[in-house]
Amino acid sequence: MASNEEIQAGLAEIVNEETGLAPEAVELDKSFTDDLDIDSISMMTIVVNAEEKFGVRIPDEEVKNLKTVGDAVTYISNAQEG
Amino acid sequence: MARKVVITGLGATTPIGGDVPTMWKNALKGVSGARTLEDDWVEKYNLPVTFAARVSTPASAVLSRHEAKRMDPSTQFAMVSAREAWADAGIEGLDRERFAVSFATGIGGVWTLLDAWDTLREKGPRRVLPMTVPMLMPNGPAAAVSLDLGARAGAFTPVSACASGTESLHQGIDLIRAGRADVVLAGGAEAAIHPMPLAAFSSMQALSRRNDDPEHASRPYDIDRDGFVMGEGAGALVLEAEEHALARGAKIYGELAGTAVTSDSYHITAPDPEGLGATRALKGALFDARVQADDVVHVNAHATSTPVGDKPEYSALREALGKHVDDVCVSATKSQTGHLLGASGAVEAVMTVLAVYERTAPITINLENQDPDIPLDVVTSERKLPSGDIVALSNSFGFGGHNAVIVIRNV
Repeated sequence: MASNEEIQAGLAEIVNEETGLAPEAVELDKSFTDDLDIDSISMMTIVVNAEEKFGVRIPDEEVKNLKTVGDAVTYISNAQEG
Repeated sequence: MARKVVITGLGATTPIGGDVPTMWKNALKGVSGARTLEDDWVEKYNLPVTFAARVSTPASAVLSRHEAKRMDPSTQFAMVSAREAWADAGIEGLDRERFAVSFATGIGGVWTLLDAWDTLREKGPRRVLPMTVPMLMPNGPAAAVSLDLGARAGAFTPVSACASGTESLHQGIDLIRAGRADVVLAGGAEAAIHPMPLAAFSSMQALSRRNDDPEHASRPYDIDRDGFVMGEGAGALVLEAEEHALARGAKIYGELAGTAVTSDSYHITAPDPEGLGATRALKGALFDARVQADDVVHVNAHATSTPVGDKPEYSALREALGKHVDDVCVSATKSQTGHLLGASGAVEAVMTVLAVYERTAPITINLENQDPDIPLDVVTSERKLPSGDIVALSNSFGFGGHNAVIVIRNV
């Protein structure tokens, strides 16, 4: 089970790998589309990589609700507990 | 009177050089790009052919990691060559809506396609990434180049197996003559050194089996030729309406004076033994360029080094040029680069343009015992082309009976 800090760091790593963005830029209040300029194709790639990294399932219909990095951290954290 | 089309930029990434200056220096020296493949899949699948001609400089040396990640290797090669050609042309303030791309490929994103298939079988559909589709589509190179350079007059992808690269120039000249564009970035890219295409081309008996001596395997016109050597890479040329180039004081390498494309309708893979389709393409291109056979001084031949392919091209040249064929010097540069499939025509167009511009023909290596049935004047050591007005041809032929010829004239 990963802590929220570990999930955020893991996501930052995935985002960096996919987009080249510095991991420090992946802050909790940042919007994937508006702040990090991540398009839908990159977002799906990030989601699938996060599923593998954290051993969770993020249904396609949930992805649109993950607006900020914090949303994703919370979702993954809850999914790990559930 | 049709608009004249000139060439103002060149780019390439090939097994004998990762850019045009390096490739050209090596092409005049005579080097082989073929090497034994060190990949574990060669042994794993017990491939009958264990060598190929990889690009001498990986695309990762030019593209950022993030750029490369979202592109199939064929698109990466296209981008490397297109950026070099574009920088070479140095066009500023271009009307993007008058700028088109025609970027060919023979096979398309075969690495992406087969990697995704492996992923699907090993990890399931969820792991097949969404970039798979834009990465594997054959128009990927044209689309990426158009996006990168801002071309908005259309991004086209001629596909005709090993004639594809030359067909991009055929399409480019048409677009400019028809007034649909003032500038066209034309080229071809291929990245198919993957075990599946190697196995498939081997099954056709198309590849050389000279596994113990890769550097001497590609030997067009030699009596002991036994197949082509799989290559990879890309070539790109900036085509420009002459008045557009003159207005901006551009450096002009030469004129794309004419082109022609024909189809054999004879056999799906075998060339017409009399080279009739190729002859029609040669005659058509000369007519299109309004030049006589006697004006031709140099030919960059298709000459892949297969036992069955090299001879019909000679028959076609003799038929189209008549007795003058004996006065024409011929270079078979696949002896050095291997066969870049859908990229070969574009890379050889770059070499033909440079041959005319610098009045020096590139070298054919590995010609030890010339096939007596192909008595061409083959360039095997440094050869100057004559001064004055000269014309050179580049031929490409593809499985499916595709024949494409371009005519380059000095300016």
